[in-house]
Amino acid sequence: MTYILIFISAVFVNNIVLSQFLGICPFLGVSKKIETALGMSGAVAFVMTIATIFTYIIQKSVLDPFHIGYLQTITYILIIAALVQLVEIILKKISPALYQALGVFLPLITTNCTILGVALLVIKKDFNLLESVVFAISTAVGFGLALILFAGIREQLSMVKVPKAMEGTPISLLTAGLLAMAFMGFAGIVK
Amino acid sequence: MKKLESNFKNMVLALSSITLFAALALGSVYTLTKDPIAVSKTAKQQNAIKDVLPPFDHFDQKPIEVNDGVEVLKVYKAYDKSNDFVGAAVETSSNNGFSGKISLMVGFDKAGAIVNYSVLEQKETPGLGAKMLNWFKTNNKSQSIIGKNPATVNLSVSKDGGEIDAITAATISSRAFLFAVRNAYAAYCQNSDHQQCDSIKVK
Amino acid sequence: MNNSKLKIILNGLVTENPTFVLILGMCPTLATTSSAINGMSMGLATLFVLVGSNMAIALLKNVIPDKVRIPAYVVVIATFVSIVEMTMQAYLPALYESLGIFIPLIVVNCIVLGRAEAFAAKNTVFDSFLDGLGIGLGFTFALTLLGAIRELLGTGKTLGMIVFPEHYGMLIFVLAPGAFIALGYLIAVFNKLKKTN
Repeated sequence: MTYILIFISAVFVNNIVLSQFLGICPFLGVSKKIETALGMSGAVAFVMTIATIFTYIIQKSVLDPFHIGYLQTITYILIIAALVQLVEIILKKISPALYQALGVFLPLITTNCTILGVALLVIKKDFNLLESVVFAISTAVGFGLALILFAGIREQLSMVKVPKAMEGTPISLLTAGLLAMAFMGFAGIVK
Repeated sequence: MKKLESNFKNMVLALSSITLFAALALGSVYTLTKDPIAVSKTAKQQNAIKDVLPPFDHFDQKPIEVNDGVEVLKVYKAYDKSNDFVGAAVETSSNNGFSGKISLMVGFDKAGAIVNYSVLEQKETPGLGAKMLNWFKTNNKSQSIIGKNPATVNLSVSKDGGEIDAITAATISSRAFLFAVRNAYAAYCQNSDHQQCDSIKVK
Repeated sequence: MNNSKLKIILNGLVTENPTFVLILGMCPTLATTSSAINGMSMGLATLFVLVGSNMAIALLKNVIPDKVRIPAYVVVIATFVSIVEMTMQAYLPALYESLGIFIPLIVVNCIVLGRAEAFAAKNTVFDSFLDGLGIGLGFTFALTLLGAIRELLGTGKTLGMIVFPEHYGMLIFVLAPGAFIALGYLIAVFNKLKKTN
């Protein structure tokens, strides 16, 4: 039961982008077209889940027992950076087409605050390993949802006339704000 | 100055030495800040307890933990200079807040009446549930829980037959808050010295 | 001589202001600006990391092989972030709590890595220091401004002092959507000012 709650909470109620403010850079940068949004979401989902597993294991088996919690930030970011490199190499070998499609987004995932954010959050929320994985996957789904919704809106926006000063980022931000407001309606679903 | 060549040996060497140096730097900052961090943590807890109790001389640093099957409550008993029981602060919580967990520190005096409370943690909606920070201790008699003894006053929202006015448009948050308070009283009762605890009016 | 050094700082403050021009580092910008103080603290914490990492990387740029430069930069940045984290936890616990998870997230703030790549890797230690200072100040300015606006419109207070009664405030500005909207308008205003200049 809790797993369903974690899922609904992460996707809708506490959407990682629209209410937790993580992942804004790719949200604004990659959401111009629906296909790129999809590609990015997939890549993020993959890296996020695996990264969370690794950082979780390292935290519980190395950082905590040896009381070197202060090395948390450094360790996590190294794990994430290494993982992204690994994913890049593997993807190049296994599916060069997908690798080409994702292009520059792949290395950008390292600086995606959602990945590090989720890794830190599962420790803060005191989840066990399985709950952490569910949380990571759900967060990635929430990220993808926000991204794709936004891309759809932006594709429409690009065909409309907007005041000069508002063009580009400002109007996108306003739209995101309205989207965030809509998502606020989900508050209270999870009791 | 020419940049170092990117061969394997150099890469490994550079990366490992930087990481090693970083770990050392962090280790030293850690030892420097370890004590101040511990001090501010205990200060925070001390202040939370001081805020909700009548004046006391010392309190039990190690709380009595009460596990009611759902949450773990912590009872901190406080004494005056002659070691007489003065009251207790109970750290209580409820997961039934509108947006999740709320956590409070409630202070009871010798007779079991509420002295004060302070909200430790909450994620309720600002302007609605978040009003719990002060709502239940205003001068308004029908809202405030200060001075009321859960043994004689029904501390639930009026909608549920109780005697406390819920936060306007935030019944769920109010319910969770009062639930936590009632649990705190139950925990206090089980562990207080002088108080002859009647069963509280509503569970 | 002095003029070109000043230019570096002004660059970070105005011409290449990370928030209003480069549109980088959005996550902390939106998340920590619910009040002017929070915004300013986040800005200053980032400034410290920027200055530190810019200088360290400028110092080490010739001993870091090109292929591992990104991981190396990241380790350096992470070190400074951890130092800020521990220092805040020890001496500014209230701020540490309110900024929460966004302090360690400074390490993935695209501004820091971006400056390391774009500037510190190619310039002297002193110039990198100035750049870190300029960009850090630009960021702090942006965050404090956004925080002040949101705090004023949302709760009627500035820096904790009441300007008008709370229930005239538009609560939405302190919440998530308000952050997006306020920032959107702020950037639009900045754009307009730039164009008329």
